[in-house]
Amino acid sequence: MLTWLSLLVLALFSTAAFLAGRRRAVATAGGRASALHSLPNYYGTYAALWAGAPAALLLLLGAAFGGRIEDAVLQSERPAAVQALEPSRQDVFYSDAHAIAAGQTPSEVLYEGDIKVALDAKVAEAKRIEMMLNIGMLAAAGVLALAGFLLAVPRISAEFRARNRVEGWIGALLIACSVAAVLTTLGIVLSLVWESWRFFQSVNPISFLLGTEWSPQMAMRADQVAAEGAFGAVPLFAGTFLIMFIAMLVAAPVGLYSAIYLSEYASRPVRGLVKPLLEVLAGVPTVVYGFFAALTVGPLFRAGFNAIGAMLIGGPLDGVGQYLMEVQNQMALVAGVVMGIMLIPFVSSLSDDIINAVPQSLRDGSYAMGATKSETVKKVVLPAALPGIMAAMLLAVSRAVGETMIVTMAAGLQAKLTANPLDTVTTVTVQIVTLLTGDQEFDSPKTLSAFGLGLTLFVVTLALNIIALRIVQKYREQYD
Amino acid sequence: MTDATLGAAARPGQSAAEARLKKRHRSERLFKAQGIAAIVIAMIFLVVLVGRIVGQGYTTFQTHTISLPVYMNPERIDRTDLTGVNYDYIVAEAVMKKLGVQDDDYGTVSSEVMELVSTDLGFQLLDKVKADQSVIGKTIEITGPLKADADLYFKGQMKRSTPEGDRKLTNVQLDWLDRLQSAGMVTSGFNTAFFTNSDSTEPEQAGVLGAVIGSAMMLLITALIAVPVGVLAAVYLEEFAPKNRWTDIIEVNINNLAAVPSIVYGLLGLALFINWLNVPRGSPLVGGLVLALMALPTVIIATRSALKAVPPSIREAALGVGASKTQTVFHHVLPLAMPGVMTGAILSLAHALGETAPLLMIGMVSFVPGVPEGLTGAATVLPVQVFIWENASEAAFHERTAAAIIVLLVFMILMNAAAVILRRRFERRW
Repeated sequence: MLTWLSLLVLALFSTAAFLAGRRRAVATAGGRASALHSLPNYYGTYAALWAGAPAALLLLLGAAFGGRIEDAVLQSERPAAVQALEPSRQDVFYSDAHAIAAGQTPSEVLYEGDIKVALDAKVAEAKRIEMMLNIGMLAAAGVLALAGFLLAVPRISAEFRARNRVEGWIGALLIACSVAAVLTTLGIVLSLVWESWRFFQSVNPISFLLGTEWSPQMAMRADQVAAEGAFGAVPLFAGTFLIMFIAMLVAAPVGLYSAIYLSEYASRPVRGLVKPLLEVLAGVPTVVYGFFAALTVGPLFRAGFNAIGAMLIGGPLDGVGQYLMEVQNQMALVAGVVMGIMLIPFVSSLSDDIINAVPQSLRDGSYAMGATKSETVKKVVLPAALPGIMAAMLLAVSRAVGETMIVTMAAGLQAKLTANPLDTVTTVTVQIVTLLTGDQEFDSPKTLSAFGLGLTLFVVTLALNIIALRIVQKYREQYD
Repeated sequence: MTDATLGAAARPGQSAAEARLKKRHRSERLFKAQGIAAIVIAMIFLVVLVGRIVGQGYTTFQTHTISLPVYMNPERIDRTDLTGVNYDYIVAEAVMKKLGVQDDDYGTVSSEVMELVSTDLGFQLLDKVKADQSVIGKTIEITGPLKADADLYFKGQMKRSTPEGDRKLTNVQLDWLDRLQSAGMVTSGFNTAFFTNSDSTEPEQAGVLGAVIGSAMMLLITALIAVPVGVLAAVYLEEFAPKNRWTDIIEVNINNLAAVPSIVYGLLGLALFINWLNVPRGSPLVGGLVLALMALPTVIIATRSALKAVPPSIREAALGVGASKTQTVFHHVLPLAMPGVMTGAILSLAHALGETAPLLMIGMVSFVPGVPEGLTGAATVLPVQVFIWENASEAAFHERTAAAIIVLLVFMILMNAAAVILRRRFERRW
């Protein structure tokens, strides 16, 4: 609120600076705008930027980091009553002090005796710090704005190259924006690596990557019986791979054949009708596919397998029949098939682009030799497009591995090392979601393991994408 | 003679060629049929998907309400404690009076009646009494929704033929419902409550308003961050950046970012915005920030291809009459590329609207009963609402999940249509 208000005041000040700068420029040129080096508005903008931009940046940084500074000062001196608490309780104590000071609702922990006194002291301190921070921030912003104004406006004269200066600002802004993309990557890598590193301090990375037992339930209290959780991620990788494999069995043939048909056989109207419909399929949010899998495909498959099982019971395949009677809605097959449906438009549009990129002369040559259309496709077009199609498949695999909602809603939670598509399996993404939804303390290996899984997921998908992009680049050079 | 031998010798060869040709044509037809089959399969999937969701969801838009006269029994209303009164019981009494049944000492009949009418009627009575105490002792007419299970019965989704143990309502309760309907007290109409209410634990009172507003707030933040930053970044990369190692890195980086799984952005948001910058959990602000980072690469890629489509002659003409590089780009190139830029931006925002996984990471899965209070208050958004309702056990929530999906899809179709219209109307071919 305070930030918004001060930004508004700053905007008004900056507008005033704009008018002042413009007027001064016109005045120094003796009222003739044509005598100026730049257009009058550039002088105004120059003054406005110096008056507004640094102070606005400071205010925004203050709004983003003020809470952190306050916490750091608050925690720099810990009363004995607080030090007696467990580390996780200490965090709750400080966040409560912060919340009460800011007028938000604190947690439901009851404070009595010494700790209540300490809390009240900290709340008062937090309020004081916040006020000091606010005053300091406003004062600093005010000084910056005034200094910018006083620095910029006197420099304005008829010969002053205001346009070049303003364009310098614009250039800096453009570079800053393009760096934002790099910073995002850096943020992803740093946050994943940092939290995973904390996780790997309590769990050996080798046993994480090669262990075959996954049960992240940690004891809430130290004296509880089922103390240690097991963090072997192999069952998760296996489950992810199984579902991805089923999805590709659906998506690869259907997607590839529809791409071939659309680019080689289909008439214009058919193409004009089918392509947008496939795009609709691609635009459907994944949560919708998840709903479809959980409430339509799951029960349907289960009923189907149960019916087959009922037929087999008592016959020579009695064991199989018994098994089929017991399958659950959360089969790997259900999640895999629905994920495959989701990937069809993805595979088909990528393959379509690649097949269209094969030069027509190759096809014409093949037809001239008397080949039929399908022979041309199979023996000329597809071999030429093969690297690109491989890349498309790899990108689809990467999508399948990272897909979350379908598996969260339609696959199970039980970590099982199996290759049976009728069994329930769990995936890396499902586990990340289950580990991080709901309120969790942020120090337990259970929560941190989600970041270990996230890092693995990021590395795998990144590797798949890089390989795919490399293949595409190499392949493109053949015809250019 | 020689002709005959030649003919005889040629025939087997010819027939072999013919057979081969036949085989080749057969495989040609087969291949084409496979292609058609693939398209047909994909289209069947689409039809089944959309058909199932519309089929499951459209019934939500119809609902049954009950109107009944309620006697505001002064003995039951404690004037000193208006909020503590059991208004649901007063409503149940009115229904029992209509049905001509008596409550027993254990209150079993009244609690069975309460399973038929929504608690919304009780709240209406509370509001009426609070507004004007003179209604106490009078009989007033009120209208409100039936409980979701009763609604399902009238919609034919709960059938009498189902064994009594397998459905929520007993035969007696169904008889009561039939009598209420034949008394003309039950009317069916459009379910406006679904669009004017927010999430609720009672299916008949649950609506999508809170989620729609939450989605709008979040998308606003995403748009305000991702579009300007993305467009400016693309302008730099396409128009200003020197071709060197650094820009190569940025370029590869952006392509890879576009393919990072969305859940990883959720982890980033959790670690960066929530744990490090203390942005409130589950707020539209943090959701919008995460989705902005996610939409950024697609906005950049779309803007770059729109800028590429502007012919160099425009730039040369502007430079030729003395415009600076910056003026050329911002006065001529970017405005000409704007339709393409906006199309790309709308499409990536539509994608962000349907995104769910990263929002689960940043605490948006909690039950939020009202409309979100500002950008930093707890909020829920449409796709997450779908996820939450899908997990609910009541059958009535399943039709509401499908209805929420229909609402979500309508918004996405509107955005995509806007993008298509923009492209059709303003796109120029050079």
